[in-house]
Amino acid sequence: MLASESALSVGWFLDHAWVIPIIPAVGFALIILFGRRLPMKGSEIGVLSMVSSLVLALGAAYQWIQRVDGASGEVAHGLVKAAEGHSAPYVGPVIHEWTWWQSGGFEFGIGQHIDGLALTLLVVVAFISTLVQIYSLEYLRGDRRYTHFFAALTLFSAGMLCMVLAPNMVQLILGWEIMGLCSFMLIGHWWEDQANARAALKAFFTVRVGDMGLLVGTGALFFGANQWTQEHLGVSGFNISGLSAWAMSGEASKSVLTWGAVALFIACIGKSGQFPLHTWLPDAMAGPTPVSSLLHSSTMVVAGVFLVARLYPVFWEGMKIGDTNINFIVLIGGVTIVIAALLAFVQHDIKKVLAYSTVSQLGYMMMGLGAGAWLPAVFHIFTHAFFKACLFLAAGSVSHSGSHHSFDMKKDMGGLAKKMPITATTWIISTLALAGVFPLAGFFSKDEIIDNVGHNGYQAFMIVGLSGAFLTAAYMTRATYLTFFGEARGAAAGEHHDEHAAHDDHDAHADHDAHAAHGDHDAHASHGPHESPKLITVPLMILASLALVAGLANATPFGSNWERFKKYVEPSSEYVAVEAAVAHGPGEALSPVVVTAEEAEGEAKSGCSYEAPGAGEACYFPAVSHAEFKWSKAALSLLIVAAGLVSSWLFCVQYYTRRNRRLVGLTSRNVVLRGGYTFLWNKYYLDALYEKVIVRAVAHPIAAAAYWFNQNVLDGIVNGAAKISRRTAGWVYRNIDQRVVDGAVNGSGAAARGTGGALRPVQSGKVNQYGALLFAAAAIGALVLVIINT
Amino acid sequence: MLTVQFLLLGAVLFCIGVYGVLARKNAVMVLMSIELILNSVNLNLLAFSQRLDSIDGNTFALYVIAIAAAEVGVGLAMVLLIYRNRRSISLDELSDMKG
Repeated sequence: MLASESALSVGWFLDHAWVIPIIPAVGFALIILFGRRLPMKGSEIGVLSMVSSLVLALGAAYQWIQRVDGASGEVAHGLVKAAEGHSAPYVGPVIHEWTWWQSGGFEFGIGQHIDGLALTLLVVVAFISTLVQIYSLEYLRGDRRYTHFFAALTLFSAGMLCMVLAPNMVQLILGWEIMGLCSFMLIGHWWEDQANARAALKAFFTVRVGDMGLLVGTGALFFGANQWTQEHLGVSGFNISGLSAWAMSGEASKSVLTWGAVALFIACIGKSGQFPLHTWLPDAMAGPTPVSSLLHSSTMVVAGVFLVARLYPVFWEGMKIGDTNINFIVLIGGVTIVIAALLAFVQHDIKKVLAYSTVSQLGYMMMGLGAGAWLPAVFHIFTHAFFKACLFLAAGSVSHSGSHHSFDMKKDMGGLAKKMPITATTWIISTLALAGVFPLAGFFSKDEIIDNVGHNGYQAFMIVGLSGAFLTAAYMTRATYLTFFGEARGAAAGEHHDEHAAHDDHDAHADHDAHAAHGDHDAHASHGPHESPKLITVPLMILASLALVAGLANATPFGSNWERFKKYVEPSSEYVAVEAAVAHGPGEALSPVVVTAEEAEGEAKSGCSYEAPGAGEACYFPAVSHAEFKWSKAALSLLIVAAGLVSSWLFCVQYYTRRNRRLVGLTSRNVVLRGGYTFLWNKYYLDALYEKVIVRAVAHPIAAAAYWFNQNVLDGIVNGAAKISRRTAGWVYRNIDQRVVDGAVNGSGAAARGTGGALRPVQSGKVNQYGALLFAAAAIGALVLVIINT
Repeated sequence: MLTVQFLLLGAVLFCIGVYGVLARKNAVMVLMSIELILNSVNLNLLAFSQRLDSIDGNTFALYVIAIAAAEVGVGLAMVLLIYRNRRSISLDELSDMKG
């Protein structure tokens, strides 16, 4: 046991991972307070705090790898006994929790819960945030709210980091809400434009609708689990380890689990832009491009996916993921993949294509989680972050230097590949990674999701995933073609728009004030599109190279030695003694590996989540199964992707460049196609449904009733009260004021005058007389005193 | 008893002082009479202090002496100013405060 304790090392970085979100939070305060006075207007603090967070996160990740390796080494040397049939022992998360506040006997904690999942997100978030901030140095140069932008961006990252390492639901909600607020501030960064302010409000309120689910779900699970967790683990029902163990214990109430999971998933639908609450996400493109990049790659929208991955036992049990062929999560994920991918075809705005692409990819993650493919889904978060951040930043680079701040692919882009070689190269690499071309990052994660979804018995959704892969390849090819190939149009051809209003819907860079401060920007018009400066291209190149190689972090096709994510990130699904994963207070290390030799993992479904743990034991993660990689299956999906790429490319060449007569205008000639196009163009009428039907149905009667109540009841009361008070006032004036009060005042005046006249002779002005009066009074006083006392 | 004699002496001094305040026309004499009154009170305080074997009376007497000194200081200053303005300190002529 002693040996294993030394092996399960808890290094300084792992132990102090809670510092990671505090650094940007402090950075935010510093930027707000002193940012304007600093030479770089506060941006240096933002970049510096993100770099420090990244260093700490990398240190913690390194120590986590050592910890897992150490535990595996112990098994190899026979020092610690692993469960039969398992090669790796249980490696518990590093948990510290302090009491944050108390209320009514409930304790609310704050601290850290560090395991492979948290570390993956910590590293990704800190990394992408750093690059995005560096990119913003150039992209927002001269913006009128430059300092505030960096403050909000830094706080945003702090919120995500805080959420990622939350040991309990309370801290998770804290980080979640900080992000909600900051997304509002950032999307509405150029709020002078009505459309941007509307988009910010829409994002905020749509996510709020889902957030109700978060509160309800957290509350339901707390009241369901608190007694059990207090009794068995000594932690509250907010604790994530506690909730996991409770969900897997077999003693949890099924209905509480189900409804809790459904409520939490509604929150994820709102946050992660799943159907039908995805409508806020494309509108969120109103914010500056770096914000879109950060929002869509590693933070905010990933928060919902993270929540499902984090509380996976709850969802696993609540949705019965292990036993069914269809459930709420997988259904929503599958629907989202297809509808968002279809919407991406009809967009003119390059950023909206990417937005719908994000929605669709989040659908993949949700579908994977819903079908028991936990590891591929989490891995997809990891790879998707790099290439999606790269795509957004490349789109920003195009608008910054290539299309004169326009994002309209049809009007202002085309043929930019020659003018902007670096941007085009990084974009194409990321596009291929997103489409899932071997051996780029997206292939390893997306293909694994599709494969595992089928393996776990969700065959229908495997087909959805494959068709999604086809659509992804096709719409990304279309966007690539429109932006970088074909003939140059509009601003890309060097035309200068005098009317910025023509294309300033989305990026208020076209906003004249911000833009006049740019100084050199009007020069674009004269010498046309060109490559962006280094501050923009270097982050692009870093992200593109990661989009190339990040997939190798869990390259299933190359054998189990390449499955590093499986080894380091996936929690072990073992029966462990209950104290193993729960630790309190600062400096308290975890108890060492405790593995009880239960029956081996066989072909039959057994182990955690299939059999309840025994007394004194708990499970913290369900025993998910992994699909065997087969090149035949991968070849099928690769073929589908290739078909998507090629067919879309051919179509684009015919349609956009050759203007093939049979294709152009087809949507206006053919009734079916026209209907489909209109349906997609109007985004399935969901916005209309929300704004015209639901809002009107709910808000208008309420408003009408409120108006009626206001006019008739409230005004009646007010008017009546006014009349009564007016009459009362008249009576009071005549009787009380005129007679009583004035009488009293006049009477006292007269009395004072009379007394004054009577006392006048006393004031003779002679000191002796005054003295005589004084002594007479004293004598009388003395006399009275004597009489009273005798 | 000894106390009674002290008190009688105090009473006599008090009466002389009151007479002086009421009857004298000279402002300085009035001030002196006031001193007499204060000292008669001091005598009373000390007599009772002696009788009750307590230090409190002595303390009060000391306070009274200190305040009397201040009072005489202020009083003489006023008398001096009155003299400078009117070349007389007769109280009969001072009736400007007549209401």
